[in-house]
Amino acid sequence: MKKSNIFNKLYIFYRDGFSNMTVGKTLWLIVIIKLFIMFAILKVFFFPNLLNSTYDTKEEKSEHVRHELINKAK
Amino acid sequence: MELLDVTLVNWSRAQFALTAMYHWIFVPLTLGVGIIMAIMETIYYKTGDEKWKTATKFWMTIFGINFAMGVATGIILEFQFGTNWSNYSWFVGDIFGAPLAIEGIFAFFMEATFISIMFFGWKKVSKRFHMISTWLVMVGATLSALWILVANAWMQYPIGMEFNPDTVRNEMVDFWAILLSPIAINKFFHTVLSGWVLGGLFVVGVSSWFLLKRRDVDFALKSIKVGAIFGLVSTLLIIWTGDGSAYHVSQKQPMKLAVMEGLYEGSEQANLIALGVLNPAKKSYNDTINPFLFKLDVPIPGLLSFLGYRDFNAFVPGIKDIVDGGYKSPEGIAMSFAEKQTRGKKAIQALSDYRTAKVNNDTINASLYKAELVDNYSHFGYGYLEKPEDLIPNVPLVFYSFHIMVMLGMYFLAIFALVLFLLYRKKIENSRLVLWVALLSIPLGYIAGQVGWIVAEVGRQPWAIQDILPVQAAISSISADSVKLTFFLFLFLFTALLFAEIRIMVKQIKKGPEAE
Repeated sequence: MKKSNIFNKLYIFYRDGFSNMTVGKTLWLIVIIKLFIMFAILKVFFFPNLLNSTYDTKEEKSEHVRHELINKAK
Repeated sequence: MELLDVTLVNWSRAQFALTAMYHWIFVPLTLGVGIIMAIMETIYYKTGDEKWKTATKFWMTIFGINFAMGVATGIILEFQFGTNWSNYSWFVGDIFGAPLAIEGIFAFFMEATFISIMFFGWKKVSKRFHMISTWLVMVGATLSALWILVANAWMQYPIGMEFNPDTVRNEMVDFWAILLSPIAINKFFHTVLSGWVLGGLFVVGVSSWFLLKRRDVDFALKSIKVGAIFGLVSTLLIIWTGDGSAYHVSQKQPMKLAVMEGLYEGSEQANLIALGVLNPAKKSYNDTINPFLFKLDVPIPGLLSFLGYRDFNAFVPGIKDIVDGGYKSPEGIAMSFAEKQTRGKKAIQALSDYRTAKVNNDTINASLYKAELVDNYSHFGYGYLEKPEDLIPNVPLVFYSFHIMVMLGMYFLAIFALVLFLLYRKKIENSRLVLWVALLSIPLGYIAGQVGWIVAEVGRQPWAIQDILPVQAAISSISADSVKLTFFLFLFLFTALLFAEIRIMVKQIKKGPEAE
Protein backbone atom coordinates (compact mmCIF):
# COMPACT_ATOMS: atom_id res chain seq x y z
CA MET A 1 0.00 0.00 0.00
CA LYS A 2 2.80 2.37 0.99
CA LYS A 3 4.83 1.42 -2.07
CA SER A 4 1.99 2.17 -4.48
CA ASN A 5 1.48 5.48 -2.68
CA ILE A 6 5.10 6.45 -3.38
CA PHE A 7 4.81 5.45 -7.03
CA ASN A 8 1.57 7.35 -7.32
CA LYS A 9 3.17 10.46 -5.83
CA LEU A 10 6.11 10.10 -8.17
CA TYR A 11 3.77 9.70 -11.14
CA ILE A 12 1.82 12.82 -10.18
CA PHE A 13 5.07 14.71 -9.58
CA TYR A 14 6.39 14.00 -13.06
CA ARG A 15 2.97 14.30 -14.75
CA ASP A 16 2.40 17.75 -13.30
CA GLY A 17 5.99 18.76 -13.97
CA PHE A 18 5.91 17.80 -17.62
CA SER A 19 2.45 19.21 -18.26
CA ASN A 20 3.33 22.58 -16.69
CA MET A 21 6.46 23.03 -18.77
CA THR A 22 6.62 26.03 -21.10
CA VAL A 23 10.00 26.37 -22.81
CA GLY A 24 10.76 22.88 -21.51
CA LYS A 25 8.47 21.30 -24.12
CA THR A 26 10.53 22.77 -26.95
CA LEU A 27 13.71 21.70 -25.20
CA TRP A 28 12.52 18.14 -24.75
CA LEU A 29 11.60 18.00 -28.43
CA ILE A 30 15.08 19.16 -29.37
CA VAL A 31 16.69 16.68 -26.96
CA ILE A 32 14.66 13.78 -28.40
CA ILE A 33 15.46 14.76 -32.00
CA LYS A 34 19.12 15.17 -31.07
CA LEU A 35 19.31 11.79 -29.33
CA PHE A 36 17.52 10.14 -32.26
CA ILE A 37 20.02 11.60 -34.73
CA MET A 38 22.94 10.59 -32.53
CA PHE A 39 21.96 7.07 -31.61
CA ALA A 40 19.65 5.93 -34.40
CA ILE A 41 21.51 7.49 -37.31
CA LEU A 42 25.07 8.55 -36.51
CA LYS A 43 25.95 5.68 -34.17
CA VAL A 44 24.28 2.99 -36.28
CA PHE A 45 25.34 4.07 -39.75
CA PHE A 46 28.51 6.10 -39.29
CA PHE A 47 30.16 5.13 -36.02
CA PRO A 48 30.48 1.38 -35.61
CA ASN A 49 32.87 0.22 -32.94
CA LEU A 50 35.54 -0.95 -35.34
CA LEU A 51 37.10 -3.63 -33.17
CA ASN A 52 33.82 -4.99 -31.80
CA SER A 53 32.21 -5.16 -35.21
CA THR A 54 35.21 -6.84 -36.86
CA TYR A 55 36.48 -9.22 -34.19
CA ASP A 56 34.77 -11.51 -31.72
CA THR A 57 37.39 -12.29 -29.12
CA LYS A 58 39.73 -10.16 -27.04
CA GLU A 59 42.68 -12.10 -28.47
CA GLU A 60 41.71 -11.15 -32.01
CA LYS A 61 41.33 -7.50 -31.03
CA SER A 62 44.68 -7.34 -29.28
CA GLU A 63 46.31 -9.10 -32.22
CA HIS A 64 44.85 -6.52 -34.60
CA VAL A 65 46.07 -3.58 -32.50
CA ARG A 66 49.50 -5.19 -32.07
CA HIS A 67 49.74 -5.58 -35.84
CA GLU A 68 48.68 -1.94 -36.32
CA LEU A 69 51.13 -0.58 -33.77
CA ILE A 70 54.04 -2.52 -35.18
CA ASN A 71 53.26 -1.80 -38.84
CA LYS A 72 52.63 1.91 -38.34
CA ALA A 73 56.18 2.24 -37.02
CA LYS A 74 57.72 0.78 -40.20
CA MET B 1 50.04 5.78 -48.63
CA GLU B 2 51.83 8.30 -46.45
CA LEU B 3 49.74 11.13 -47.89
CA LEU B 4 46.57 9.17 -47.19
CA ASP B 5 47.69 8.67 -43.58
CA VAL B 6 48.38 12.37 -43.13
CA THR B 7 44.95 13.21 -44.53
CA LEU B 8 43.29 10.65 -42.28
CA VAL B 9 45.17 11.85 -39.19
CA ASN B 10 44.29 15.46 -39.91
CA TRP B 11 40.59 14.80 -40.56
CA SER B 12 40.33 12.58 -37.49
CA ARG B 13 41.95 15.29 -35.40
CA ALA B 14 39.81 17.99 -36.96
CA GLN B 15 36.65 16.03 -36.26
CA PHE B 16 37.61 15.43 -32.63
CA ALA B 17 38.57 19.08 -32.20
CA LEU B 18 35.31 20.24 -33.78
CA THR B 19 33.11 18.12 -31.53
CA ALA B 20 35.15 18.86 -28.41
CA MET B 21 35.03 22.61 -29.10
CA TYR B 22 31.29 22.61 -29.71
CA HIS B 23 30.80 20.48 -26.58
CA TRP B 24 32.80 23.08 -24.68
CA ILE B 25 30.43 25.83 -25.78
CA PHE B 26 27.65 24.25 -23.73
CA VAL B 27 29.45 22.74 -20.73
CA PRO B 28 31.13 25.78 -19.13
CA LEU B 29 27.95 27.82 -19.01
CA THR B 30 26.19 24.91 -17.31
CA LEU B 31 28.95 24.79 -14.70
CA GLY B 32 29.05 28.55 -14.15
CA VAL B 33 25.41 29.65 -14.33
CA GLY B 34 24.45 26.56 -12.34
CA ILE B 35 26.53 27.61 -9.35
CA ILE B 36 25.20 31.17 -9.58
CA MET B 37 21.57 30.00 -9.55
CA ALA B 38 22.38 27.74 -6.56
CA ILE B 39 23.91 30.72 -4.71
CA MET B 40 20.81 32.79 -5.48
CA GLU B 41 18.52 30.04 -4.25
CA THR B 42 20.58 29.80 -1.05
CA ILE B 43 20.08 33.55 -0.52
CA TYR B 44 16.36 33.04 -1.11
CA TYR B 45 16.34 30.17 1.41
CA LYS B 46 18.15 32.30 3.99
CA THR B 47 16.21 35.56 3.48
CA GLY B 48 12.82 34.37 2.27
CA ASP B 49 12.84 37.30 -0.18
CA GLU B 50 10.66 36.30 -3.14
CA LYS B 51 12.71 38.50 -5.48
CA TRP B 52 15.63 36.12 -5.04
CA LYS B 53 13.31 33.26 -5.92
CA THR B 54 12.32 35.06 -9.13
CA ALA B 55 15.97 35.63 -9.97
CA THR B 56 16.82 32.00 -9.22
CA LYS B 57 14.02 30.77 -11.48
CA PHE B 58 15.09 33.04 -14.32
CA TRP B 59 18.69 31.78 -14.27
CA MET B 60 17.46 28.24 -13.77
CA THR B 61 15.54 28.49 -17.03
CA ILE B 62 18.66 29.76 -18.79
CA PHE B 63 20.58 26.89 -17.20
CA GLY B 64 17.92 24.45 -18.41
CA ILE B 65 18.10 25.70 -22.00
CA ASN B 66 21.86 25.39 -22.06
CA PHE B 67 21.80 22.01 -20.30
CA ALA B 68 19.25 20.59 -22.75
CA MET B 69 21.21 21.80 -25.76
CA GLY B 70 24.50 20.49 -24.46
CA VAL B 71 23.38 17.18 -23.00
CA ALA B 72 24.88 14.17 -24.79
CA THR B 73 27.05 16.28 -27.10
CA GLY B 74 30.04 14.71 -25.34
CA ILE B 75 28.84 11.20 -26.22
CA ILE B 76 29.85 11.88 -29.82
CA LEU B 77 33.44 11.99 -28.66
CA GLU B 78 33.00 8.46 -27.37
CA PHE B 79 31.56 7.38 -30.74
CA GLN B 80 34.73 8.65 -32.34
CA PHE B 81 36.96 6.68 -29.98
CA GLY B 82 35.45 3.43 -31.20
CA THR B 83 35.51 4.29 -34.91
CA ASN B 84 38.30 6.76 -35.65
CA TRP B 85 40.60 6.01 -32.73
CA SER B 86 40.21 2.27 -32.22
CA ASN B 87 43.93 1.63 -31.68
CA TYR B 88 43.95 4.29 -29.01
CA SER B 89 40.74 2.98 -27.40
CA TRP B 90 42.13 -0.52 -27.11
CA PHE B 91 45.58 0.65 -26.04
CA VAL B 92 44.31 2.77 -23.13
CA GLY B 93 42.09 -0.04 -21.92
CA ASP B 94 40.28 0.46 -18.66
CA ILE B 95 42.21 3.62 -17.76
CA PHE B 96 39.96 5.67 -19.97
CA GLY B 97 36.98 3.36 -19.55
CA ALA B 98 36.83 3.43 -15.76
CA PRO B 99 36.50 7.20 -15.28
CA LEU B 100 33.95 7.42 -18.09
CA ALA B 101 31.94 4.55 -16.62
CA ILE B 102 31.96 6.20 -13.20
CA GLU B 103 30.83 9.41 -14.86
CA GLY B 104 27.93 7.61 -16.54
CA ILE B 105 26.79 5.67 -13.50
CA PHE B 106 27.32 8.12 -10.69
CA ALA B 107 27.52 11.70 -11.80
CA PHE B 108 25.06 11.59 -14.69
CA PHE B 109 22.39 9.78 -12.68
CA MET B 110 22.93 12.17 -9.81
CA GLU B 111 22.28 15.08 -12.14
CA ALA B 112 19.31 13.37 -13.76
CA THR B 113 17.66 12.54 -10.42
CA PHE B 114 17.91 15.93 -8.82
CA ILE B 115 17.35 18.01 -11.94
CA SER B 116 13.69 16.92 -12.03
CA ILE B 117 13.25 18.03 -8.41
CA MET B 118 14.97 21.28 -9.27
CA PHE B 119 12.64 22.07 -12.16
CA PHE B 120 9.39 20.40 -11.09
CA GLY B 121 9.63 20.58 -7.33
CA TRP B 122 9.16 24.25 -6.48
CA LYS B 123 5.77 23.76 -4.87
CA LYS B 124 6.12 20.04 -4.21
CA VAL B 125 9.08 19.78 -1.86
CA SER B 126 10.32 21.91 1.03
CA LYS B 127 12.45 25.01 0.35
CA ARG B 128 15.39 23.33 2.03
CA PHE B 129 15.12 20.09 0.05
CA HIS B 130 14.74 22.06 -3.17
CA MET B 131 17.86 24.09 -2.45
CA ILE B 132 19.83 20.95 -1.62
CA SER B 133 18.62 19.38 -4.88
CA THR B 134 19.84 22.40 -6.84
CA TRP B 135 23.27 22.12 -5.24
CA LEU B 136 23.32 18.36 -5.87
CA VAL B 137 22.61 18.96 -9.56
CA MET B 138 25.69 21.13 -9.64
CA VAL B 139 27.74 18.61 -7.66
CA GLY B 140 26.72 15.99 -10.25
CA ALA B 141 27.54 18.26 -13.19
CA THR B 142 30.90 19.13 -11.70
CA LEU B 143 31.69 15.50 -10.95
CA SER B 144 30.90 14.67 -14.59
CA ALA B 145 33.59 17.13 -15.53
CA LEU B 146 35.96 15.60 -12.97
CA TRP B 147 35.98 12.14 -14.53
CA ILE B 148 36.51 13.24 -18.10
CA LEU B 149 39.23 15.63 -16.99
CA VAL B 150 40.96 12.86 -15.02
CA ALA B 151 41.02 10.83 -18.24
CA ASN B 152 42.38 13.81 -20.17
CA ALA B 153 45.03 14.51 -17.53
CA TRP B 154 46.20 10.92 -17.77
CA MET B 155 46.79 11.45 -21.50
CA GLN B 156 48.95 14.47 -20.65
CA TYR B 157 50.79 12.66 -17.85
CA PRO B 158 50.28 8.89 -18.00
CA ILE B 159 50.79 7.26 -14.58
CA GLY B 160 49.29 4.51 -12.46
CA MET B 161 49.39 1.92 -15.25
CA GLU B 162 51.45 -0.94 -16.63
CA PHE B 163 51.60 -1.97 -20.24
CA ASN B 164 50.63 -5.59 -20.82
CA PRO B 165 52.28 -6.85 -24.03
CA ASP B 166 49.96 -9.87 -24.14
CA THR B 167 46.77 -7.81 -24.30
CA VAL B 168 48.47 -4.75 -25.87
CA ARG B 169 46.74 -2.63 -23.27
CA ASN B 170 47.75 -0.27 -20.55
CA GLU B 171 46.26 -1.69 -17.39
CA MET B 172 45.43 0.37 -14.36
CA VAL B 173 47.51 -0.57 -11.33
CA ASP B 174 46.91 2.48 -9.17
CA PHE B 175 43.51 4.17 -9.46
CA TRP B 176 44.40 6.78 -6.84
CA ALA B 177 47.58 7.78 -8.64
CA ILE B 178 45.46 8.49 -11.72
CA LEU B 179 42.68 10.29 -9.81
CA LEU B 180 44.99 12.30 -7.57
CA SER B 181 47.67 13.06 -10.13
CA PRO B 182 48.71 16.70 -9.63
CA ILE B 183 47.97 17.32 -13.31
CA ALA B 184 44.44 15.94 -12.91
CA ILE B 185 43.69 17.98 -9.79
CA ASN B 186 44.98 21.19 -11.31
CA LYS B 187 43.27 20.55 -14.64
CA PHE B 188 39.96 19.88 -12.92
CA PHE B 189 39.99 23.11 -10.94
CA HIS B 190 41.35 25.21 -13.81
CA THR B 191 38.74 23.90 -16.23
CA VAL B 192 35.78 24.14 -13.86
CA LEU B 193 36.85 27.63 -12.85
CA SER B 194 36.89 28.67 -16.51
CA GLY B 195 33.21 27.68 -16.56
CA TRP B 196 32.62 29.74 -13.43
CA VAL B 197 34.29 32.77 -15.01
CA LEU B 198 32.09 32.38 -18.07
CA GLY B 199 29.04 32.05 -15.82
CA GLY B 200 30.00 35.29 -14.06
CA LEU B 201 30.51 37.09 -17.38
CA PHE B 202 27.24 35.77 -18.74
CA VAL B 203 25.19 36.83 -15.72
CA VAL B 204 26.90 40.24 -15.57
CA GLY B 205 26.45 40.73 -19.32
CA VAL B 206 22.77 39.74 -19.42
CA SER B 207 22.05 41.82 -16.31
CA SER B 208 23.77 44.75 -18.01
CA TRP B 209 21.38 44.36 -20.91
CA PHE B 210 18.42 44.68 -18.54
CA LEU B 211 20.01 47.78 -16.98
CA LEU B 212 20.65 49.30 -20.41
CA LYS B 213 17.00 48.68 -21.27
CA ARG B 214 16.01 49.99 -17.81
CA ARG B 215 13.93 46.84 -17.35
CA ASP B 216 13.61 44.69 -14.24
CA VAL B 217 16.20 46.88 -12.57
CA ASP B 218 16.00 45.31 -9.11
CA PHE B 219 16.43 41.83 -10.55
CA ALA B 220 19.32 43.02 -12.73
CA LEU B 221 21.10 44.69 -9.83
CA LYS B 222 20.74 41.58 -7.66
CA SER B 223 22.03 39.39 -10.50
CA ILE B 224 24.91 41.62 -11.52
CA LYS B 225 26.10 41.77 -7.92
CA VAL B 226 26.17 37.99 -7.50
CA GLY B 227 27.61 37.51 -10.99
CA ALA B 228 30.40 40.05 -10.52
CA ILE B 229 31.46 38.82 -7.06
CA PHE B 230 31.37 35.22 -8.26
CA GLY B 231 33.23 36.17 -11.45
CA LEU B 232 35.91 38.12 -9.61
CA VAL B 233 36.58 35.34 -7.10
CA SER B 234 36.62 32.75 -9.91
CA THR B 235 39.05 34.85 -11.97
CA LEU B 236 41.42 35.22 -9.01
CA LEU B 237 41.26 31.48 -8.42
CA ILE B 238 41.81 30.69 -12.10
CA ILE B 239 44.94 32.84 -12.12
CA TRP B 240 46.18 30.71 -9.22
CA THR B 241 45.35 27.40 -10.97
CA GLY B 242 46.83 28.82 -14.18
CA ASP B 243 50.10 29.26 -12.32
CA GLY B 244 49.78 25.61 -11.25
CA SER B 245 49.23 24.61 -14.89
CA ALA B 246 52.35 26.47 -16.01
CA TYR B 247 54.38 24.74 -13.30
CA HIS B 248 53.14 21.25 -14.21
CA VAL B 249 53.56 21.86 -17.94
CA SER B 250 57.17 22.92 -17.31
CA GLN B 251 57.87 19.75 -15.36
CA LYS B 252 56.03 17.22 -17.51
CA GLN B 253 55.55 18.77 -20.96
CA PRO B 254 58.47 21.15 -21.55
CA MET B 255 57.85 21.23 -25.29
CA LYS B 256 54.36 22.62 -24.66
CA LEU B 257 55.79 25.38 -22.48
CA ALA B 258 58.45 26.24 -25.07
CA VAL B 259 55.79 26.49 -27.79
CA MET B 260 53.45 28.54 -25.58
CA GLU B 261 56.25 31.09 -25.21
CA GLY B 262 57.73 30.77 -28.72
CA LEU B 263 60.98 29.85 -26.99
CA TYR B 264 63.40 28.26 -29.46
CA GLU B 265 66.64 28.74 -27.53
CA GLY B 266 66.42 28.10 -23.82
CA SER B 267 68.08 30.22 -21.18
CA GLU B 268 68.55 30.74 -17.49
CA GLN B 269 66.57 33.59 -15.96
CA ALA B 270 64.07 33.30 -18.83
CA ASN B 271 61.58 36.12 -19.23
CA LEU B 272 57.83 35.78 -19.70
CA ILE B 273 56.49 37.35 -22.87
CA ALA B 274 53.61 39.78 -22.35
CA LEU B 275 52.99 40.48 -26.05
CA GLY B 276 54.63 39.25 -29.19
CA VAL B 277 54.35 38.88 -32.94
CA LEU B 278 55.96 35.75 -34.36
CA ASN B 279 58.20 35.97 -37.40
CA PRO B 280 56.60 33.96 -40.24
CA ALA B 281 60.04 33.68 -41.89
CA LYS B 282 61.16 31.29 -39.18
CA LYS B 283 60.68 27.91 -40.78
CA SER B 284 62.86 25.57 -38.74
CA TYR B 285 63.66 25.07 -35.09
CA ASN B 286 67.39 25.20 -35.80
CA ASP B 287 67.74 28.08 -38.25
CA THR B 288 69.19 31.37 -37.03
CA ILE B 289 66.18 33.54 -37.85
CA ASN B 290 64.77 35.57 -34.95
CA PRO B 291 61.43 33.95 -33.99
CA PHE B 292 59.85 37.34 -33.20
CA LEU B 293 59.11 40.42 -35.27
CA PHE B 294 58.19 42.11 -32.02
CA LYS B 295 58.06 41.08 -28.40
CA LEU B 296 57.52 42.72 -25.08
CA ASP B 297 58.60 40.93 -21.91
CA VAL B 298 56.88 41.23 -18.56
CA PRO B 299 59.24 43.57 -16.67
CA ILE B 300 60.12 41.00 -14.00
CA PRO B 301 63.45 39.33 -14.94
CA GLY B 302 63.34 35.53 -14.86
CA LEU B 303 59.55 35.34 -14.41
CA LEU B 304 59.17 32.39 -16.80
CA SER B 305 61.92 30.53 -14.92
CA PHE B 306 60.10 31.24 -11.68
CA LEU B 307 56.68 30.19 -12.97
CA GLY B 308 58.08 26.97 -14.43
CA TYR B 309 60.61 25.96 -11.80
CA ARG B 310 59.99 28.23 -8.78
CA ASP B 311 63.47 29.70 -9.27
CA PHE B 312 64.15 33.03 -11.03
CA ASN B 313 67.49 31.69 -12.25
CA ALA B 314 66.33 28.27 -13.46
CA PHE B 315 67.09 27.12 -17.00
CA VAL B 316 64.01 26.91 -19.22
CA PRO B 317 64.64 24.69 -22.26
CA GLY B 318 63.61 25.93 -25.67
CA ILE B 319 62.41 23.86 -28.62
CA LYS B 320 65.97 23.35 -29.89
CA ASP B 321 67.20 22.27 -26.45
CA ILE B 322 64.42 19.72 -26.14
CA VAL B 323 65.31 18.30 -29.56
CA ASP B 324 69.05 18.27 -28.86
CA GLY B 325 68.85 17.22 -25.19
CA GLY B 326 71.77 17.54 -22.80
CA TYR B 327 70.29 20.10 -20.42
CA LYS B 328 69.46 19.47 -16.77
CA SER B 329 65.77 18.57 -16.37
CA PRO B 330 63.80 17.56 -13.24
CA GLU B 331 64.44 13.90 -14.23
CA GLY B 332 68.20 14.37 -14.78
CA ILE B 333 70.11 15.15 -17.97
CA ALA B 334 67.54 15.37 -20.78
CA MET B 335 67.78 12.89 -23.63
CA SER B 336 67.90 14.11 -27.21
CA PHE B 337 65.14 13.39 -29.71
CA ALA B 338 67.45 10.88 -31.45
CA GLU B 339 68.04 8.97 -28.20
CA LYS B 340 64.34 8.87 -27.41
CA GLN B 341 63.57 7.79 -30.97
CA THR B 342 66.07 4.90 -30.65
CA ARG B 343 64.47 3.82 -27.38
CA GLY B 344 61.02 4.04 -28.95
CA LYS B 345 62.03 1.88 -31.89
CA LYS B 346 63.61 -0.65 -29.50
CA ALA B 347 60.35 -0.81 -27.53
CA ILE B 348 58.24 -1.38 -30.65
CA GLN B 349 60.65 -4.02 -31.93
CA ALA B 350 60.62 -5.70 -28.52
CA LEU B 351 56.80 -5.82 -28.65
CA SER B 352 57.02 -7.55 -32.03
CA ASP B 353 59.79 -9.94 -30.94
CA TYR B 354 57.99 -10.74 -27.70
CA ARG B 355 54.96 -11.88 -29.65
CA THR B 356 57.05 -14.05 -31.97
CA ALA B 357 58.81 -15.63 -29.00
CA LYS B 358 55.49 -16.31 -27.28
CA VAL B 359 54.05 -17.95 -30.39
CA ASN B 360 57.15 -20.16 -30.58
CA ASN B 361 56.88 -21.00 -26.86
CA ASP B 362 60.34 -19.48 -26.41
CA THR B 363 59.84 -18.35 -22.82
CA ILE B 364 63.45 -17.30 -22.20
CA ASN B 365 63.56 -14.86 -25.09
CA ALA B 366 60.00 -13.75 -24.39
CA SER B 367 61.02 -12.58 -20.93
CA LEU B 368 64.11 -10.86 -22.35
CA TYR B 369 62.05 -8.98 -24.94
CA LYS B 370 59.49 -8.10 -22.30
CA ALA B 371 62.24 -6.65 -20.11
CA GLU B 372 63.53 -4.61 -23.06
CA LEU B 373 60.02 -3.37 -23.76
CA VAL B 374 59.53 -2.35 -20.12
CA ASP B 375 62.93 -0.57 -20.08
CA ASN B 376 62.11 1.51 -23.13
CA TYR B 377 58.35 1.82 -22.79
CA SER B 378 58.40 5.39 -21.45
CA HIS B 379 59.53 6.46 -24.97
CA PHE B 380 57.44 3.98 -26.96
CA GLY B 381 55.76 6.71 -29.01
CA TYR B 382 59.02 8.22 -30.26
CA GLY B 383 59.46 5.13 -32.42
CA TYR B 384 56.72 6.48 -34.70
CA LEU B 385 58.33 9.88 -35.23
CA GLU B 386 60.61 10.26 -38.23
CA LYS B 387 62.28 13.60 -37.64
CA PRO B 388 62.63 16.20 -34.87
CA GLU B 389 60.04 18.46 -36.53
CA ASP B 390 57.42 15.75 -35.86
CA LEU B 391 57.84 16.52 -32.16
CA ILE B 392 57.03 20.23 -32.43
CA PRO B 393 53.40 21.41 -32.14
CA ASN B 394 52.03 24.28 -34.22
CA VAL B 395 53.93 27.21 -32.68
CA PRO B 396 51.81 30.19 -33.86
CA LEU B 397 48.50 28.54 -32.92
CA VAL B 398 49.64 27.64 -29.41
CA PHE B 399 51.62 30.85 -28.81
CA TYR B 400 48.77 33.19 -29.79
CA SER B 401 46.13 31.05 -28.06
CA PHE B 402 48.10 31.11 -24.82
CA HIS B 403 48.63 34.86 -24.87
CA ILE B 404 45.02 35.57 -25.81
CA MET B 405 43.91 33.40 -22.87
CA VAL B 406 46.20 35.20 -20.42
CA MET B 407 45.22 38.66 -21.66
CA LEU B 408 41.53 37.80 -21.46
CA GLY B 409 42.03 36.55 -17.90
CA MET B 410 43.48 39.93 -16.93
CA TYR B 411 40.70 41.71 -18.78
CA PHE B 412 38.03 39.71 -16.90
CA LEU B 413 39.64 40.63 -13.61
CA ALA B 414 39.44 44.29 -14.57
CA ILE B 415 35.84 44.20 -15.81
CA PHE B 416 34.52 42.35 -12.73
CA ALA B 417 36.42 44.72 -10.43
CA LEU B 418 35.11 47.77 -12.31
CA VAL B 419 31.50 46.54 -12.19
CA LEU B 420 31.79 45.86 -8.45
CA PHE B 421 33.35 49.29 -7.86
CA LEU B 422 30.49 50.98 -9.73
CA LEU B 423 27.96 48.87 -7.84
CA TYR B 424 29.58 49.92 -4.56
CA ARG B 425 29.44 53.56 -5.63
CA LYS B 426 25.81 53.03 -6.79
CA LYS B 427 26.72 54.32 -10.26
CA ILE B 428 26.39 51.15 -12.32
CA GLU B 429 22.93 51.95 -13.71
CA ASN B 430 24.16 55.14 -15.32
CA SER B 431 27.51 53.80 -16.55
CA ARG B 432 26.18 52.87 -19.95
CA LEU B 433 29.59 52.43 -21.53
CA VAL B 434 30.60 49.90 -18.85
CA LEU B 435 27.26 48.12 -19.23
CA TRP B 436 27.80 47.84 -22.98
CA VAL B 437 31.34 46.58 -22.46
CA ALA B 438 30.08 43.99 -19.97
CA LEU B 439 27.39 42.85 -22.39
CA LEU B 440 29.82 42.57 -25.28
CA SER B 441 32.30 40.68 -23.09
CA ILE B 442 30.13 37.55 -22.99
CA PRO B 443 31.67 36.04 -26.17
CA LEU B 444 35.14 36.71 -24.79
CA GLY B 445 34.46 34.20 -22.01
CA TYR B 446 33.77 31.55 -24.63
CA ILE B 447 36.88 32.52 -26.59
CA ALA B 448 39.04 32.26 -23.46
CA GLY B 449 37.79 28.73 -22.82
CA GLN B 450 38.34 27.63 -26.41
CA VAL B 451 41.87 29.01 -26.69
CA GLY B 452 42.64 27.42 -23.32
CA TRP B 453 41.78 24.02 -24.75
CA ILE B 454 43.80 24.77 -27.88
CA VAL B 455 46.83 25.41 -25.66
CA ALA B 456 46.21 22.19 -23.72
CA GLU B 457 45.54 19.95 -26.71
CA VAL B 458 47.39 21.39 -29.71
CA GLY B 459 50.28 22.13 -27.35
CA ARG B 460 50.75 18.43 -26.63
CA GLN B 461 50.79 17.29 -30.25
CA PRO B 462 51.87 14.91 -31.71
CA TRP B 463 50.80 12.91 -28.67
CA ALA B 464 47.50 11.18 -28.08
CA ILE B 465 49.20 9.88 -24.91
CA GLN B 466 52.26 11.86 -23.89
CA ASP B 467 55.49 10.16 -25.08
CA ILE B 468 53.73 6.81 -25.52
CA LEU B 469 51.32 7.05 -28.43
CA PRO B 470 51.32 9.68 -31.20
CA VAL B 471 48.13 10.45 -33.08
CA GLN B 472 49.27 8.68 -36.26
CA ALA B 473 49.53 5.39 -34.35
CA ALA B 474 46.33 6.01 -32.39
CA ILE B 475 43.98 6.29 -35.37
CA SER B 476 42.09 3.47 -37.04
CA SER B 477 42.97 2.43 -40.56
CA ILE B 478 39.77 3.64 -42.15
CA SER B 479 38.91 5.80 -45.14
CA ALA B 480 39.69 9.50 -44.78
CA ASP B 481 36.55 10.24 -46.84
CA SER B 482 34.28 8.65 -44.24
CA VAL B 483 35.85 10.81 -41.51
CA LYS B 484 35.47 13.86 -43.74
CA LEU B 485 31.79 13.07 -44.30
CA THR B 486 31.04 12.73 -40.59
CA PHE B 487 33.04 15.90 -39.90
CA PHE B 488 30.59 17.88 -42.03
CA LEU B 489 27.60 16.05 -40.54
CA PHE B 490 28.72 17.12 -37.09
CA LEU B 491 29.44 20.63 -38.27
CA PHE B 492 25.87 20.88 -39.53
CA LEU B 493 24.30 19.25 -36.48
CA PHE B 494 26.20 21.27 -33.91
CA THR B 495 25.78 24.55 -35.76
CA ALA B 496 22.02 23.92 -35.89
CA LEU B 497 22.05 23.20 -32.15
CA LEU B 498 24.03 26.34 -31.45
CA PHE B 499 21.66 28.53 -33.45
CA ALA B 500 18.68 26.89 -31.71
CA GLU B 501 20.29 27.55 -28.34
CA ILE B 502 21.00 31.20 -29.10
CA ARG B 503 17.50 31.74 -30.48
CA ILE B 504 15.69 30.09 -27.56
CA MET B 505 17.94 31.72 -25.00
CA VAL B 506 17.62 35.23 -26.43
CA LYS B 507 13.85 34.82 -26.60
CA GLN B 508 13.74 33.68 -22.97
CA ILE B 509 16.02 36.50 -21.80
CA LYS B 510 13.80 39.04 -23.58
CA LYS B 511 10.77 37.68 -21.72
CA GLY B 512 12.54 38.62 -18.49
CA PRO B 513 12.27 37.28 -14.95
CA GLU B 514 8.57 38.06 -14.64
CA ALA B 515 7.83 35.33 -17.19
CA GLU B 516 8.75 32.88 -14.42
